[in-house]
Amino acid sequence: MSESIENISIQVKVNGKSYSRSVEPRKLLVEFLREDLDLTGTHVGCDTSYCGACTVLMNGAAVKSCTVFAVQADGTDILTVEGLEKNGELHPIQKAFGDCYGLQCGYCTPGLMLSALQLLSHNKQPTENEMRKAIAGNTCRCTGYQNILKAIHVAAESMKGA
Amino acid sequence: MLGQLGDDAKLLAGGQSLIPLMKLRFANPAHLVDLNFISGTSYIKQDNGTIRFGALTRHAEIEASPLVETIPILHDCAAGIADVQVRNRGTIGGSLAEADPSGDWATVLFTLVADVRCIGANGERTVSVSDFIKDAYTTDLAQDELVSEVEVKIPPKGSSGAYLAFKRSAPVYPTASAAVQLTMEGDVCQDAVIALGCVGLTPIRVKDAVSAMRGQPLTEKTVASAVEAARAAADPQSDMRGSADYKRTLVVALVKRAIDIAVRRARGEQGNAGHIYA
Repeated sequence: MSESIENISIQVKVNGKSYSRSVEPRKLLVEFLREDLDLTGTHVGCDTSYCGACTVLMNGAAVKSCTVFAVQADGTDILTVEGLEKNGELHPIQKAFGDCYGLQCGYCTPGLMLSALQLLSHNKQPTENEMRKAIAGNTCRCTGYQNILKAIHVAAESMKGA
Repeated sequence: MLGQLGDDAKLLAGGQSLIPLMKLRFANPAHLVDLNFISGTSYIKQDNGTIRFGALTRHAEIEASPLVETIPILHDCAAGIADVQVRNRGTIGGSLAEADPSGDWATVLFTLVADVRCIGANGERTVSVSDFIKDAYTTDLAQDELVSEVEVKIPPKGSSGAYLAFKRSAPVYPTASAAVQLTMEGDVCQDAVIALGCVGLTPIRVKDAVSAMRGQPLTEKTVASAVEAARAAADPQSDMRGSADYKRTLVVALVKRAIDIAVRRARGEQGNAGHIYA
């Protein structure tokens, strides 16, 4: 059925760097990031649009990259977990997740940190309910979420000055 | 173009249902037409007593729009559909065109005066949301048509509503939902519309509840007969989300609570509604 489908050229900025690539139209954004760009920090958890492990920011908005086609990212600005660290310094959210033990196995952590980043970029001082709502699309099967909420709170405090 | 592609073409709006369905091979379209590159399809405009939503307006944009504050039931819906990531992509037009029996928008719009604008090779036409939703996953759209706009009439003063949807976790569809829109004059209910979601092939308008409430003071007894009418009108299936009995019980609780919130809002008081999950 798809024999005659040609690749499509896309231009996408990922973590500040521009890429031009030719991709299969059916390729998902998460596969493009992991396989074509070798950015394997974005994880595939459920692959059914449930768990949020594949969350990245697309033009500043959190999306599940397993539920967006790579061709739909044409012309957009993507931020993955690899883009959080700046000049060898961890992002305040990364630091807070570590300091607060906001992770155990770490599989869901990249997605959670990007959901937290979308929240904190619009809301400098979120309430606990706002934090819970912001990460409701990210499943963690280790922590029980308490330390993740603590981490987001600590990150919010340390990002206030920034 | 849709006319040429034929039945094997599917339109891609937000993709938050269609892409998962394609992965499961429940949908296997030969042609996928991405609507997201058409400009001017995402907007929220207020004029002539209506609010108009472009078909590709994302749930998150509706959630954040100050225009929607005049119709709180729309905010209840937009702010709790799935999770942040899905709301950033999913669209009101896509949700209606999919017509999933467990979707949120159709149920809420059933309680309002709402029209769906359809556009095709033969021009534009407008159809009420209740005529648009034909059956489970089936709409009034012709094969060469698509949704261009959703128009909602702003309810009169004294009218307010509430939407409550119970779900097991944020990303999943609700187990059951209830939308209530009431017009109050003092303690007397001038008009009422109650719609139930997830408990039938399409949203169910509870006609007997309307006759129980219209023109009546909303006493405990009136509310009880409206709630009983909702229980009787629900036609749920037992599935992994719960047994039919469980869902009917859930409907009772949701309708009761939604009426209470709608009444308070109609009086100008605050009331928290929306999606309920652990």
